[in-house]
Amino acid sequence: MNRFMAWIAFLFGATYFALPLLGMAEFSLSMRRGVYSLDAYRAVLADPQFQATFAFSVVMALFTIAFGILLVVPTAFWVRLKLPGLRPLVEFLTLLPLVIPAIVVVFGYLRLYNTSSWLPMTGTAMGTNILLMFGYAMLALPYMYRAVDTGLRAIDVATLTEAAQSLGAGWGTILAQVILPNVLPAVLSGAFLTFAIVIGEFTMAALLDRPAFGPYMQILGANKAYEPAALAVIAFAITWACMALIQLVTRFSKHARAQR
Amino acid sequence: MAFLELRNLEKSYGATRVVKDFTIGVEEGEFISLLGPSGCGKTTVLRMVGGFETPSQGAIFIDGKDVVALRANQRAIGMVFQAYALFPNLTVAENVAFGLKVGGVGRAERGARVAEMLALIGLRDLGDRYPFQLSGGQQQRVALARALAPRPKVLLLDEPLSALDAKIRVSLRTEIRAIQKRLGITTIFVTHDQEEALSMSDRVVVMNGGRADQIGTPFEIYNAPTSRFVAGFVGTLNTFDAVVTDQAAGGVTLDDVPLVIGRRLPVAAGQTVGIALRPEAVQLGRDPSREVVLPAKIVEVHFMGAVVRIAAEVAGRKFTIDTFNRVDMPPPAVGKSVEISIAARDFLILSDPVEGGQPRL
Repeated sequence: MNRFMAWIAFLFGATYFALPLLGMAEFSLSMRRGVYSLDAYRAVLADPQFQATFAFSVVMALFTIAFGILLVVPTAFWVRLKLPGLRPLVEFLTLLPLVIPAIVVVFGYLRLYNTSSWLPMTGTAMGTNILLMFGYAMLALPYMYRAVDTGLRAIDVATLTEAAQSLGAGWGTILAQVILPNVLPAVLSGAFLTFAIVIGEFTMAALLDRPAFGPYMQILGANKAYEPAALAVIAFAITWACMALIQLVTRFSKHARAQR
Repeated sequence: MAFLELRNLEKSYGATRVVKDFTIGVEEGEFISLLGPSGCGKTTVLRMVGGFETPSQGAIFIDGKDVVALRANQRAIGMVFQAYALFPNLTVAENVAFGLKVGGVGRAERGARVAEMLALIGLRDLGDRYPFQLSGGQQQRVALARALAPRPKVLLLDEPLSALDAKIRVSLRTEIRAIQKRLGITTIFVTHDQEEALSMSDRVVVMNGGRADQIGTPFEIYNAPTSRFVAGFVGTLNTFDAVVTDQAAGGVTLDDVPLVIGRRLPVAAGQTVGIALRPEAVQLGRDPSREVVLPAKIVEVHFMGAVVRIAAEVAGRKFTIDTFNRVDMPPPAVGKSVEISIAARDFLILSDPVEGGQPRL
């Protein structure tokens, strides 16, 4: 009886999530009257705007991931090793992006870094891109920090660090050759989450006026009928591919096997 | 100057002094054990030598050079940890090669040294394995090889056998000592296990409350402990406070039973002195060659295989007696009245002051 109820609940949940998706997918295939076709997908993929904005967002995501790793791994390592008392504070700080809306942050950026400020980052496209990357890194911070911190918890950071030091390694070597490889599955799961966030982000990119994928989805949605549905399916596929990659990396890493 | 010299080392955390005025000189190739209960400061001393703690005061010289200002990675020390601390993402060979790679040793030389080290620990064929594919004993041997590979000046062993099961512990300690002797490397070994310390070391430092209570060869530490703490911590001991009747001839009374120790005592007649006896120094039965014979009553018998541990009551006090198992002599029955014999030379005189007639501890 219990099992039966559980199945009912599962099927209800699955239907609740799957039906709208199926409806959207069905709609995205219905561009040609009377038959299913991939016309909408073809139109989207052929659109130079799609290619340009998607490429821009992918590059931004890669830079955001690199910056996030450089920021978070040493921070989480140092907090765990030397300043364990600061952990609650750092955890609180990394949670703030979930509480403060992106629009508030971006207005703060515009106020601090506009062309008449002491650091006019919005004066050039490159400066604005860098600003946008900082914003993305901040949005991804809660996920990145938690992923890395959980990874660090699984290894004996203090002893491994001392072992490496006794063998002559400096901080750079320790971080790059001892700590990072051992938290790599965690870092990668944080990286894929970052990728998914950056690909879909709208507010910051739109308000900083950068040609990113998020604003493109919005413009397309406001002006076309079938293409937005196709685009949404593509975006879902990208996100799910990221999730699958997290699973794969976690499953096939030597370190993860060692933990079991 | 000794090869490794610790001079007046002190370490305080806030108001708590965990290491107090610790001084020792370790000769090149010597194997020294720091032995003591948990919290006695032995690991802190080791970590100060390793560069993982900064002394509050004092100096550490390795090969004539003061290393206190040097960071851990500049001291040329090798360290083996209780928790193995092998890098989980590297193979056995890569773990052993780590220190060489960091030190800029070329690929060919590195490979040769790794092979040499793996042969030394008897794991020649396991170079491609990952740490999680090895047993605890194998992991600790790899950790030893990794520490030795860059040819450190000093080897530090921080309770390396504590996490292993009893049999491996015994075989590995023999192996570690053999490797240490073969390489002639100056070694400091931290342990709370007296058997490990006594069986492996050239000299043992017994630590208590942050101080070195006694430094000596295992034979000296066991047979001539200078403090009540050392006597009690190393081996089992019967300790008593006796009243001195004759300082020069070594006469005392133990609850009105006169005993002759036969040596000059450190305190005057009428005062109290701490005396001690190892359980194996007490013989069951009358032995005319021994100066002291006392009547006793058996209160407990523990048959432990090779050794039979007996508790007997003498003048209202409990004596622990160890005898070897003999096929022709079954252990005595509880409640039986017997005699025990003690040779005067076997009495240990504890030099700690007995304040107000009470022992210091």
